[in-house]
Amino acid sequence: MDINFLRALSTLFIFLAFIGICVWAYSGKRKSAFEEAANLPFADEDESQRGN
Amino acid sequence: MTSSIDQPAYNYKVVRQFTVMTVVWGVVGMLVGVLIAGQLVWPALNFDVPWLSFGRLRPLHTNAVIFAFGGCALFASSLFVVQRTCQTRLISDRLAAVVFWGWQLVIVLAAISLPLGYTSGKEYAELEWPIDILIAVVWVSYAILFFGTITRRKTSHIYVANWFFGAFIVTVAVLHIINSLAVPVSLTKSYSVYAGAVDAMVQWWYGHNAVGFFLTAGFLGIMYYFVPKQAERPVYSYRLSIVHFWSLIAVYIWAGPHHLHFTALPDWAQSLGMVMSLLLLAPSWGGMINGIMTLSGAWHKLRTDPILRFLVVSLSFYGMSTFEGPMMSIKTVNSLSHYTDWTIGHVHSGALGWVAMISIGCIYHLVPIMFERERMYSIRMINIHFWMSTIGTVLYIASMWVNGIIQGLMWRAYNADSSLSYSFVQSVEASYPGYVVRFIGGAIFTAGMLLMAWNLYLTVTRTDTDDETTTEEKTPEAVSA
Repeated sequence: MDINFLRALSTLFIFLAFIGICVWAYSGKRKSAFEEAANLPFADEDESQRGN
Repeated sequence: MTSSIDQPAYNYKVVRQFTVMTVVWGVVGMLVGVLIAGQLVWPALNFDVPWLSFGRLRPLHTNAVIFAFGGCALFASSLFVVQRTCQTRLISDRLAAVVFWGWQLVIVLAAISLPLGYTSGKEYAELEWPIDILIAVVWVSYAILFFGTITRRKTSHIYVANWFFGAFIVTVAVLHIINSLAVPVSLTKSYSVYAGAVDAMVQWWYGHNAVGFFLTAGFLGIMYYFVPKQAERPVYSYRLSIVHFWSLIAVYIWAGPHHLHFTALPDWAQSLGMVMSLLLLAPSWGGMINGIMTLSGAWHKLRTDPILRFLVVSLSFYGMSTFEGPMMSIKTVNSLSHYTDWTIGHVHSGALGWVAMISIGCIYHLVPIMFERERMYSIRMINIHFWMSTIGTVLYIASMWVNGIIQGLMWRAYNADSSLSYSFVQSVEASYPGYVVRFIGGAIFTAGMLLMAWNLYLTVTRTDTDDETTTEEKTPEAVSA
């Protein structure tokens, strides 16, 4: 098998991985989980949590 | 306060230390920059002292602003954000102290060894092997501290800012260790294990990813926490931030060869680097849009909040320089821009406009929290600082664009008999006005940092605030309430 076949295959693999990430990130199922995650910077605004 | 018993108390000491040192090293590093910019206008400014010569102070300037100023900003923000978004304390206070004091020792050793002329000759990796080993030890301690804290998180999700900080920590460790592999011949001298074009390729694989992961991914971590926090609304699209993260880190690592266009590097590698650099526009602008659009519906805050203005304008400069970068990586454009001041202008559009301005915004957000103040002593001073930074950056990059294009055109001009139209020194002479403007721009930017240091000093030492700005700031609702 030619090394260039593997090189072409890796390009295809990366492309599919990118599509996969997009589909996963934009699937309706994950909407509420991501909304919760997006609010993490505001989740600990209690003044009693002051550090030292 | 009754709930404080079961709440985690955060380690703010290390964040506070790094916050203060960010300002200190920012002032020092930029003053060195102004000095060497001055040397290009008045060469006598090196006073014929070898320790003050341009060739020795230039790496001191780059190391100080990238690793001391930028580094401290990244340590401060990442160690703050990881605690706040994981809702847990750092795993070890002792390890945190090791990271802080270890990093300060690295900076001091750099500030001594570089002017003395000890260098391994690799750009942004000039430090000699004993300091490289110390950096590796401190960095691994930092990685243990950061990822150890993530494993103890009280939240189910790892917030996106931590993903960017995590990628920055892992990649910088790999880059630093692989690029710094060397054979020592004495305590102060070593030779790289790589040779020839391979050495150049390893160096610029490191060099460009110092930009991509130290100066981009790390500061995007700052962006994903501090922009939403300062704007008081969640990031525009969390889904976009995930696609942004994976595409940015997958593509950045391949862009290094564009530093070696038209060199002994194989042609295919140059072309690959160019294509990957062009691709980078997409994730870069995806991230920029995600940050700026976080303000949608809250644009009015830009009128009253100079800290938010710092953060948002830094994203505009990020967008500009990540458009300029791919453009300059195109071989035909690069044949004009390479080795000219255009490159210096491009770097500073990123370094002053993006990295420094987002760090400054982040520090202004952090200082009141670290010193238990309601806000910075003077908001008016922050506003003046904002305009000084913006004007300084614009003067700097505009003068370097003009210089770069003049130099590029003069160097490639041929006469009918195919002799060169201009000598090199004629292009230096033509660059003189640009060097003057660059010096002025850099001096204005640095003066802004001194104002920031003064404001920091007042905030720490005084418990009251600048009354004048308080009345100015009062919103109608606050007055009626």
